[in-house]
Amino acid sequence: MTLKGARERWVRTGGVELCVAELGDPQQPTVVLVHGYPDSKEVWSEVAVRLADRFHVVLYDVRGHGRSTAPRPLRGGFTLAKLTDDFLAVADAVSPDRPVHLVGHDWGSVQSWEFVTVARTEGRIASFTSISGPSLDHFGHWIDARVKRPTPRRVGQLLGQGAKSWYVYLLHTPLLPELAWRGPLGRRWPTILERAERVPAGDYPTASLPSDAAHGAWLYRDNVRARLRRPRPDAYAHAPVQLITPQGDAFLSERLYDDLDRWVPQLTRRTLPAKHWVPRTRPDQVAAWIEEFVTSVAGGRPEPAATGRHAERFGGQLVLVTGAGSGIGRATAFAFAEAGARVIAVDRDAEAAARTAELSRLTGAAEAWAEPADVSDEQAMEKLAEKVHREYGVLDVLVNNAGIGLSGSFFATTTDDWRTVLDVNLWGVIHGCRLFGARMAERGQGGHIVNIASAAAYQPSRALPAYSTSKAAVLMLSECLRAELAAQGIGVTAVCPGFVNTNITSTARFTGVDEAEQRRRRQRSARLYGLRNFPPEKVADAVLDAVARNRAVVPVTPEAKGAHLLSRLAPGLLRRIARVEPRL
Amino acid sequence: MATTSTRERSAELRGFRTVQRLAYECAEAVAARLEPGVTEREAARMQREWLRERGVRDWFHLPFAWFGDRTAFAGFRIPLQFFPTDRALEPGMPFILDMAPVYEGCTADIGYSGSLGVNPVQDRLMADLEAHRELILREVRERRPLRKIYQDVDRLMVRQGYANRHRAYPFGVIAHKVDRVKQRRWSPHLFGFGTQSLKGLAADALHGHREGWSPLWSPYRFSDHPPQPGLWAVEPHLGFRGTGAKFEEILVVTDSRDPEESAFWLDDDLPHVRRWAEEK
Repeated sequence: MTLKGARERWVRTGGVELCVAELGDPQQPTVVLVHGYPDSKEVWSEVAVRLADRFHVVLYDVRGHGRSTAPRPLRGGFTLAKLTDDFLAVADAVSPDRPVHLVGHDWGSVQSWEFVTVARTEGRIASFTSISGPSLDHFGHWIDARVKRPTPRRVGQLLGQGAKSWYVYLLHTPLLPELAWRGPLGRRWPTILERAERVPAGDYPTASLPSDAAHGAWLYRDNVRARLRRPRPDAYAHAPVQLITPQGDAFLSERLYDDLDRWVPQLTRRTLPAKHWVPRTRPDQVAAWIEEFVTSVAGGRPEPAATGRHAERFGGQLVLVTGAGSGIGRATAFAFAEAGARVIAVDRDAEAAARTAELSRLTGAAEAWAEPADVSDEQAMEKLAEKVHREYGVLDVLVNNAGIGLSGSFFATTTDDWRTVLDVNLWGVIHGCRLFGARMAERGQGGHIVNIASAAAYQPSRALPAYSTSKAAVLMLSECLRAELAAQGIGVTAVCPGFVNTNITSTARFTGVDEAEQRRRRQRSARLYGLRNFPPEKVADAVLDAVARNRAVVPVTPEAKGAHLLSRLAPGLLRRIARVEPRL
Repeated sequence: MATTSTRERSAELRGFRTVQRLAYECAEAVAARLEPGVTEREAARMQREWLRERGVRDWFHLPFAWFGDRTAFAGFRIPLQFFPTDRALEPGMPFILDMAPVYEGCTADIGYSGSLGVNPVQDRLMADLEAHRELILREVRERRPLRKIYQDVDRLMVRQGYANRHRAYPFGVIAHKVDRVKQRRWSPHLFGFGTQSLKGLAADALHGHREGWSPLWSPYRFSDHPPQPGLWAVEPHLGFRGTGAKFEEILVVTDSRDPEESAFWLDDDLPHVRRWAEEK
């Protein structure tokens, strides 16, 4: 297996021998990674190597899993008390003087909740990052509260989680799970993981899977019924906790953690659009959040810095916004900054981009940079992409926002006018998607692309032939790309703002009129947009919502929503409106 | 002739300068007493009491206090929302104190921005207000129409990345005229505004309407005229995502041909101006 450069040692405790692997400098803070079911410590291999240059990383095979020995007899050998003994033995062996930072996935998280809420480990745990594994005690109280006061919503939550727990019931049947795992299920498991959970194929799961899974059934049998029936009343966490919730988890409802603030005084929430096995499918993000949390706890700041909307989703993510020097782009950069993202502000106006980056840092961005570039210039965009990937990494969110306005009759629109507007509005988006989207797909750890289209993409108008054409193309491009990238877990959204009060009116070109008339029309349209006064901040909020919910097409202003609805219900009416020449 | 008018004027200006200083002293004294848990109402009362103890009997408007995102007028729809609420101050929160006392017949109208502890965003906003103070003075001296100056201030704000929050004030004014006020034994107020001052403003509005100017400096057509001589309380107000900052002070506009004399800030020894000087 691929734990390259790992130092191994054996820890003997309570009649079993545990296989412990260590990476990184032992002088650094110790991070202990605990695996789940049916897994062995190798589930963490991708995350461990990413953490190893900053931390002393420790992994161990839970008793009965991987190369650790199993207790005899199995029944009663997997109680949470015994698992706590194991953890303490490992912690004492690898970090006798300092408390460790604990990270658990699945059953590793379930048992780690026990470690972090019992008194005898106090002072041995500095922080805990929980991924996809609730405390059985909290779970018990969660069920209890819903059974005792069954409002319709709570009953729904109960039934929802009850259905997701089907495998728990099966694991309580005698012998059957063992036979299945040592037989056909064990053989097919890698394929199932690859198909249903999108876990990349490779050297995971390991050859020990059938026996891991057979032994591990006792984790459930020894603990679940006992704890759910009589949950401990004092299961309060004595260390700061970071909760990472995959939103597409097939086994655990997000609602399970609704009451968690009651049990954890210092709680940081993170959400991830992914399925259950995030240590395999999203190692970059998981490692980054562990690193950030451990560093901040070690530095005495257990609370997250960013508090904006969707901070739990975008904290620490790398976001690039084009046209970030003004209007919607700038507001979007600020909104991501407020959510704690790392922001790259791109604009052809270097000074404006620098200003956006500077204010982004003030509003809470973990980091922010300004990159001057013209999106219509292919070479400049290639250079930008090369620099971004080299210096900052692969993007998590790309917002193709840069755009210009062009108004006037089709016959007054010269070929140069067409070229200019298509170069920026369409080719700018194509370059962005092509250069940054390719690396996103190649990394295979999800991501999101937002293209700012326009309500003009579906509302025809005789006054905006070129602009509407460019935006309609952006809308269709987004839809096609969304279909293509869906398999890679990358979402694509087209946002259609409508009339928003930005400086697009004062830079727009009006064809077929002289300079003075052009100036007058700019002023006039700027005034009308000002009277409408729909703030770009609301569009920015819509962008963040759209990414968080992975929506396909998002009209923003009421008129954009109305036109979107009419484009499907009564397109004839829109065509009628299209004939009206706006008087400017 | 010129000398007497200048002397008369300087005596009168001294009165306005005194009350403006008094108001800023009040703001600094109250700001120093703010602590976690103090509400907007309490802060407003502290200003009122401080000034009453020092002889203020009438107001252009009663003291306001805004805390947290109310400094940026977040979600303000109706003017009643300007009045102090029970919002309590928390560490790191920005605040704005705004008061307009009348003292010995002279009116001041000031705005003081600060924060409880460190607030880097508001610090940045305050620093960026300096450019607005310079822009406004320069363009008033150029005798540009007030509406144009308003739009230039707007453009500078947008370039800086901020929202124009004085737009939320009644008529969206960036400034309004202030004047001497008759001292009466009984000086009631209406919706927080002193009736004597409102009377003065109404008289000005009537005059101005006939002569083609307005005592309100707004983005609208009625402000499309060169600066009218008199005293203008100028209050550019920047907002940035839940944080606001402003200053407010009197700009003296005269009909002098000398640009330096045609417009000048009543007093250059004010907290925000001192702060900018220190930062340099």
